[in-house]
Amino acid sequence: MMQIPCPFCGPRNESEFSFGGPVKPPRPDPSAVSDEDWTAWLTQVPNPLGPVQEQWWHVRGCGTWLTIWRDTRTHDIVEAPDGGR
Amino acid sequence: MAAGNRLAAGGRIDRSKPLHFTFNGKAYTGFQGDTLASALLANGVRLTARSFKYHRPRGIVGAGVEEPATLVELMGDDASGNRPATTVPLTEGLAAKAVNCWPSLAFDIGAVNQLASRFIPAGFYYKTFKWPNWHLYERPIRKAAGLAAAPSEPPSKGHYETRYGHCDVLIAGAGPAGLMAALTVARAGLRVMIADEGCEAGGSLLSRRLTIGGTDAMEWVDATFAELNAMPNVTHLQNATVWGYREHNYLMVTERAPANPSLLERTWRVRAGHVITATGAIERGLVFGNNDRPGVMLASAVQAYVNRYGVAPGKRAVIFTNNNSAYAVAADLAAAGVEVRAIADSRDAVPDEARAIVPGIEIMAGKCVTEAQGTRQIRSVAVAAKTGGSARILSCDLLAMSGGWNPTVHLWSQSRSTLRYDDPLATFLPDTPAQPISAAGAANGALTLQDALRSGAEAAAQIAGTTPPDIPDAPDLPYAMEPLWRVETAKGKAFLDLQNDVTVDDIHLALREGYSNVEHVKRYTTGGMGFDQGKTGNINIIGTVALAQGLAMDQVGTTTFRAPYTPVSFGAIGGLREETVALPYRHTPITEWNLAQGAFMYEAGARWRRPGYFPRAGEGLQEATNRECRAVRFGVGVYDGSPLGTFELKGRDVGRFLDYLYSNVMSSLKPGNGRYGLMLSDDGLIMDDGVCFRLDDHRWIVSTSTGHADAINGHMEEMLQTRFPEWNVFITTVTSQWNNATICGPKAREVMAALGTDIDLSPEAFPFMTVRDGTVAGLPARVVRVSFTGELSFEVNVAPRHMRALWAKVMEAGAPFGILPVGSEASHVLRVEKGFLSLGHEVDGTVDAYDLGMGWAMSKKKSDYLGKRAVQIRREGAAPRRELVGVIPEPDRQIPEGAPLTPGGRREKTEGFVTACVWSVVHERWVGLALLEGGHARHGETAHVRLKGGEVIPVRVTAPCHYDPDGDKLRS
Ligand SMILES: [Zn+2]
Repeated sequence: MMQIPCPFCGPRNESEFSFGGPVKPPRPDPSAVSDEDWTAWLTQVPNPLGPVQEQWWHVRGCGTWLTIWRDTRTHDIVEAPDGGR
Repeated sequence: MAAGNRLAAGGRIDRSKPLHFTFNGKAYTGFQGDTLASALLANGVRLTARSFKYHRPRGIVGAGVEEPATLVELMGDDASGNRPATTVPLTEGLAAKAVNCWPSLAFDIGAVNQLASRFIPAGFYYKTFKWPNWHLYERPIRKAAGLAAAPSEPPSKGHYETRYGHCDVLIAGAGPAGLMAALTVARAGLRVMIADEGCEAGGSLLSRRLTIGGTDAMEWVDATFAELNAMPNVTHLQNATVWGYREHNYLMVTERAPANPSLLERTWRVRAGHVITATGAIERGLVFGNNDRPGVMLASAVQAYVNRYGVAPGKRAVIFTNNNSAYAVAADLAAAGVEVRAIADSRDAVPDEARAIVPGIEIMAGKCVTEAQGTRQIRSVAVAAKTGGSARILSCDLLAMSGGWNPTVHLWSQSRSTLRYDDPLATFLPDTPAQPISAAGAANGALTLQDALRSGAEAAAQIAGTTPPDIPDAPDLPYAMEPLWRVETAKGKAFLDLQNDVTVDDIHLALREGYSNVEHVKRYTTGGMGFDQGKTGNINIIGTVALAQGLAMDQVGTTTFRAPYTPVSFGAIGGLREETVALPYRHTPITEWNLAQGAFMYEAGARWRRPGYFPRAGEGLQEATNRECRAVRFGVGVYDGSPLGTFELKGRDVGRFLDYLYSNVMSSLKPGNGRYGLMLSDDGLIMDDGVCFRLDDHRWIVSTSTGHADAINGHMEEMLQTRFPEWNVFITTVTSQWNNATICGPKAREVMAALGTDIDLSPEAFPFMTVRDGTVAGLPARVVRVSFTGELSFEVNVAPRHMRALWAKVMEAGAPFGILPVGSEASHVLRVEKGFLSLGHEVDGTVDAYDLGMGWAMSKKKSDYLGKRAVQIRREGAAPRRELVGVIPEPDRQIPEGAPLTPGGRREKTEGFVTACVWSVVHERWVGLALLEGGHARHGETAHVRLKGGEVIPVRVTAPCHYDPDGDKLRS
């Protein structure tokens, strides 16, 4: 079981969280993108072998949606590759 | 041999406390402190098992968790299967039997497999039992293989428990290294947890005759624990195995004998700041002909039986070794009065310090045991030069073998930390840690006592940031070895894995057939699987593969070490559970009333238990449902709508937030008014339907369906926090803060009046889809005019503490009007009559609002909302859509839910399906809903249901709403 750092509650057990999936690029303006680009944004989810930024909901804690960078090979919670977003 | 293998003195058993037990139905006696294995050996029981595949006779090989051969099934109160006899503490009345033998241990019909053994090579099961499928063969093979049966009853004497643990340092193993480490970190003030799998702490010291600081090593163990246990920052778990190492230093520890008489076992889930694996080392076997015969044992096990249990496992022993450690075993055997016939050492040069401790014992340097002779127990061994040549036969009843030592790196490896092959020790050692973990003692390759103590102290001092303490003097024989992966001149079957009956020939066969990767070799031969997970034999498999392929050991590598390190009870993982259901139900304050009324209870989404219907004497489901429906349509009914998801949203930006979440416009609502709406996901699927009411400028109530409430909560928070964090919106779940009784039917207003309320109930003052706060029956209430039945409805919301009082008053006030409680079945009928959709029935991943005839809910005005673009793109496709219609079966009959519609009822691709079909109390006939291709344009046509078997039912296609299409009733 992972230990996930919540900015409000500190390190907490993964069982207190609900997985929210990898962070996608910002949602494009749906009236200003092509069908292809919109469909790509909808359906393509980051899936790297290595660090990925993902969302977790501290549902059994403070209720915060937070993001972490997790290495999908090791479960290690790592620094953002570009030093943070 | 008769009983009498017990030594007159010595060992850690208590000869004043005899214990009676049975093995395979025969009665024996042992002592407090024995294991089942030591007690059997003390009683001269040599043949204790039959092997898995060939049903060869087997005896006890090891003395601990490494035991590969003797698995027993415990019976009675202790019932459990497949326990290594070496890990079962002897208790009064223990009853055990051998597994793998039918009809009996002595006469084993499965032994004919031995005669046919050349027909049962590696991969035999895969090759032979594959047509038509494995499952056809599985049962008889499992029965023949005969692993123990699972107990039919859960243990009656107590229960299991799980709990969390937290510490700065978790130390696995209370041998010399673990104890030295524990002392060091505990003295530095860190929170320490030390867990040891033995019945007694001490690790290897329990089985050896060593001194620490000039006194008996076990006295040092006792003194160390006296100091540790006096410290408040130390938790000591004995008879507790650390068996799983998960990510982020989360470890599983199972205590098999917690100090609580009602507890069978307790599993700790420990989050440790740092872990020290002081897990010791496991001796490996040697690979020669018939090395599985009863009487062939690990040298370290022999040493444990002699020194710890006061048992001589034989009268006349031969030692076969490739390293120094077995010389101490020979010395201990001699000291206990057992004749040591000779030491066969595969090394040409035996170190002087080893020779020095076995004066008078013949040492045969450069020699190997090629074969053990005897079937049910060994009578003699053949010893020859390593390179072959004539053999010398040595009569003996015990062969103590030592193939060197493997550090117990299981936990280390489970943590994803790497291993490296070490040439001097010819084994894999901890290399680079992947988590906060250190290895100490024999587990780190420190194979003599002084080194182990120092290693534990240094690993701990590094964590604590202190200087290592002084190490007491602890003399030990230096360790030196030369690898011997197998005796190449072996005669007869030479086993690498006793538990799975894997021989050298099997490995060679797997390699010939192309399974050259060590992981493939493992799966093809099953070598290294099973209860012992190859603790004694894996390294010899790797060595055999390396020899055959001309590779170095590290080129072959190890197979993955997996949890659990030793078998764990399922109960110990599960812990305490509610005893009737897997997940607890949710209840409303009316659950007990429902049960008292004899309601037939359903699980109605999200684990809410709700009444399905309220049968009266002699009534079935249909009769009860009809009666409840008639009450609502022609009189009045009431249901408990409390499980509906309810959220209060506050803030300046709630309106535009709801406009983003819902497909229709919510922000235009005036205070006191509400609107039905659809919530889509951004890929255009309908996530939920519900109603929003605006209480005042900045306060709204959002209702969701019962089953989706939790998901919608997460969805709303995600959208708010990740997309619009600057918006002023606060979401509060109030599902459990508001309960409601929904009074519905033409007489609902009269019941409301009878209850007494300060709210003006007239349709002009309190129209449909509005909300009013006031009092009802003297209780503070929020009343909502919303309808899920199509009738005039008042949803009377009160605080949960008032719900029972409200309910009682509703039933009392409604009695003159014939009010009835309404269950889910009637609700379903009423909504189908109205053509109201239900998620999961009419709504699946293919259906959009237009298909449902709810295009009005898809706002044209809003430039953006969730799902808008995706629905647009999907509707641009030319494929015909399945659209919601009403269906009237002609002739009048029930149609099963989900029945397909095909063109003309022909056996063709379906053009839709019936989503619901109910007995309508207003039409007194069956009516239904369906999703039908191009359905909106087909009202008045006849479509056809085609049932399984080919029966065709014509149905008239109508608008979805079968009742009060203009909504006069619900607005009344
Ligand atoms: Zn939190």
